[in-house]
Order: sequence, then C-alpha cells, then structure tokens
Amino acid sequence: MILMDGYLYYPGCTLKTKASDYEQSAIAVMEALGKPLVEMDDWYCCGAVQSLTTDDLIHQIAPIRTMCCAQEQGENTLVTLCDMCYNVLKQANQRVKDQPENLDTINDFLDEDPDYLGEVEVYHLFEILRDMKKEISKKVVKPLSDLKIAPYYGCMLLRPTGIAIDDTEDPKIMEELLELIGVDVIDNPKRTECCGSYHSVNRSDIVEKRVEDLVARAVEDGAEAIALSCPLCQFNLDYYQRTTDYDIPIFYLTELIALAFGLEVGMKKHWVDPKKMLKDKKILE
Amino acid sequence: MPEEKEKKMIDIYVMGRRYKVPEGLTIMTALEYAGYKYVRGCGCRGGFCGACSTVFRNKDDYKLKMDLACQTAVEDGMFLVQLPFVPSVRTMYEVDEIEPEKDDNLLLEHYPEIARCVSCNTCTKACPQDIEVMDYVQASLRGDIDRAASLSFDCIQCGLCSIRCPADIKHYHLAQEARRIKGKYIDTHSEQLKERVKELDGCVYDERMKELVKMSKEEIKIVYDKREFKKGE
Repeated sequence: MILMDGYLYYPGCTLKTKASDYEQSAIAVMEALGKPLVEMDDWYCCGAVQSLTTDDLIHQIAPIRTMCCAQEQGENTLVTLCDMCYNVLKQANQRVKDQPENLDTINDFLDEDPDYLGEVEVYHLFEILRDMKKEISKKVVKPLSDLKIAPYYGCMLLRPTGIAIDDTEDPKIMEELLELIGVDVIDNPKRTECCGSYHSVNRSDIVEKRVEDLVARAVEDGAEAIALSCPLCQFNLDYYQRTTDYDIPIFYLTELIALAFGLEVGMKKHWVDPKKMLKDKKILE
Repeated sequence: MPEEKEKKMIDIYVMGRRYKVPEGLTIMTALEYAGYKYVRGCGCRGGFCGACSTVFRNKDDYKLKMDLACQTAVEDGMFLVQLPFVPSVRTMYEVDEIEPEKDDNLLLEHYPEIARCVSCNTCTKACPQDIEVMDYVQASLRGDIDRAASLSFDCIQCGLCSIRCPADIKHYHLAQEARRIKGKYIDTHSEQLKERVKELDGCVYDERMKELVKMSKEEIKIVYDKREFKKGE
C-alpha cells in the first residue's frame, strides 16, 4: 500500500458533472476522518451498465483498464462512490477473477499495455464508512436528531448477491450510519426497490410511477427526506417528484454526514432545495 | 549518375496491384511514381493538413496501420490504399450561444455517442499524430473540456480515429468543439489583444509598419525581445 493514510478513489463521470455534490461531500467527510480519498491518476468510464452477455468481453475492457490503472499505481484497494460504477467495476473484476480465460483474452487485447493480474479489490465508500464507526461518532459535532430520514438503497449496491455490500433483502448499512449521526431513521420497506433507473431517458412514465410509489410510502411513514448514494436514483427521486404531490429533499448520505461534522458541502445541484428544510429546522443558518 | 543506379527498387501493392518503386519514397510520392494522380486525399504534403490519411499493411503483418501518406516511407511488400474523404457527422452549434459554464456536460449533449466508448484504445493506435485520443474522449465524457482540448491540440482532423472506432465516435469533431470552447470560455483573454484587434480593424498599423520596414534585422530583434505582454485576468 502506497497510500498509508487514505484510499485510492475512482470517481466516475457523473461524479465529475451532475453528481459533484456527492463527490465533494464524500471527499470532505473522508478528509475529516483522516482517510482522504485520492483520485486515481488515470481512470476510464466504467460503461454505467454491466454487460451480462457471456461472450461480450469488449464491454469489460473499460473496467479492467481501470483495474490496471490501480495496479500500476501500486494499489490493491479501490474505492468508488457511484453505485452504477461500483456495480460495474465489482462485477467485471469478479468476472475476470472467476474466469481466467476471460482475463487472458482481455490482456491479449490490451496489447502493449500492462496485463491485469487480478489482484485489485473494489469497495463502495459505505463499506469503508461501516468500518469507521468509532471515528465517525467522534467527529459528530452537530447530531441531526431533528431530522426524520428514510434510507434508500435501490438496486446497484445489493444486486446481484455476489457483489452486495450488505444483506440483499435486509440491508442495515445506511440505517447504522444514519443512527451514528443522530438521525431519526424511518424504517423504509421499499428501500431495495428500483427507482426506474435509466428509463428516465425514454420511458419517464415508468420512473414517474416508481418515484410516486417510493416517495409516497416514505412520507406516509413520517420521513421528511430520503438519504441514498446512487446519482441516478438521486436524479430520478429528486427531479421526478415534480410529477407527484411531494417535494422532499433527496440527500446523498455523505451530505448528511458532512452536516453532522459541522460542514456544509454539496447540496448545490438538487432539484428540491434541501437547504430550505435545513434552515427551517435551524440546522443551517 | 551512379547513385541513381544503386537505388534499390521495392514492390508495393496499390489496391492489390503490384508496382516497382524506388526505396525511400513516401507513400504519397510512391503512388505518384506509380502513375497515380491525386485529385483528393492530398493537401499540404508537410504533415499538417491531415488530408492524406492512408491505411496500409506491412508484409507478413496482420495489423492494419494508419498514417499520413506524405509522412510515411514505403516499405517492401506494403499494401496501400488512399482515403479520399471521411463521411462523419458533425454537430452544429453556435459558439457564441453555448453556455459551458452552466452546462457541465455540453460535449456529451452535442456528441452523445461518446458514452459508447468502451476504452478499447483503437483510436489512439490509429492516430498519426500520437495523440491520446481515447483519453480526450474520456475527459470529454466527464466534462473536462480543458483537458480534452489540451490533449487534442495537435489534431489535424484526418479522421482515421473515427474510421476505426467500434463505437462510431466522431473524435476529431468533438475535440475541435472542446478547443473552441477552451479558446472562447476557458482560456484567459488579453484586453491588450482585443484593443489591438480593434485598432487593426481601423487600419492603425501603417505608421508602425513603416518604422519596421526601415529597421535592420538586428534592430527588429531588439524590438521583438523587448515587446510587452499583458496577461489576461
């Protein structure tokens, strides 16, 4: 390990554009915890959706190229924030570890570039945070006890089972992290249901129905906001509330942790402005 | 002349047909030696304009190679073809009306096919200018216009990247937009330059020109070295 005091970090394209709130808040949180996220020197778009076709190796090249970049930086641990990136990188990595013949084909194609040796492990930031509970508790200066928040996982962190960061049917990781920062956690039975995903591109009617269903249940159960991780879930739940009767803030979990640490980071690109609620509750001035 | 006699003749294949040409010629001059006349696919002959993109294969090599015909020497047993034109699509935009500050993924909107990049790196291998083509496509994807423009600076728009791309990305048009945006919206602008351009529009250069014309080479050198720049904000 070269990065004794931090983690090698894969941002992904969306974190650099539409979801910069997530990146900035996560970087601030990890900085505060003394384990900074260090962006990779080189990285490539993961492709956003993992190709499940067994002979479609061309779509595995981008994630494996990124594994090579981590390897060339002398790191075996790679942390990512975006759920789509996590899912693709983790599955592609798993695939070449399980099927060495696939790795051989990809390495042959990579030509003069260095071969990937299959030794990198991919983690989602939440897995790192789960192992830092003590440190997180110590850093909380402003417990968010006045906030009623429903956690939402969506699909990409939990499916397929082989790459899940927690129990696929009954995940607890977000609930535990929210409790650590003092949030009044609202039980959310729909937390592992799909948000409609990329249907927002050309079948927004499907997403509208999903969002109505998910937000309605959270609000009925008393939630004032939803916390999540996936930038696409965030966009769908945030943007498409305009087609419903609801307008609750959709936070990245790291924005809330930052708030509890006394930091105001992110919260700039939301469709439903979270700052209004936070000011009403005197959490922000 | 004895030198001429010693010049070795080699075989090249132009669109499958064999010709004997002297060793040491560029692909461009070898084709002309063989009797072809360029109507398209030829421009500056100096490696700058990108018009003479060519595809070839060396003897006993399975790989197709790309380069500029005016910059590449023929080799014995080479298979050649000239590409007259690259029929690639280009997005129309008004550079004064776009708002890259407000839109963090403008290039992706103008060229959505860049999201199809699978990082195969075939574009980079095809580039006769040794540009990191895949890397600037990746930079564009993540909204890093500055990096895309800088990486692609040496592009001569030959189009070989786009011909080879399995994702049908139009790299060179994308890169040109990145450089235009960088020039207009990212780079610093010199007020001094703006004023001078205004002056030039009003033909305020005659007097200065007269002075320069009268100067010796040495005097001009001194004036050049002492010229002043004001950096933009």
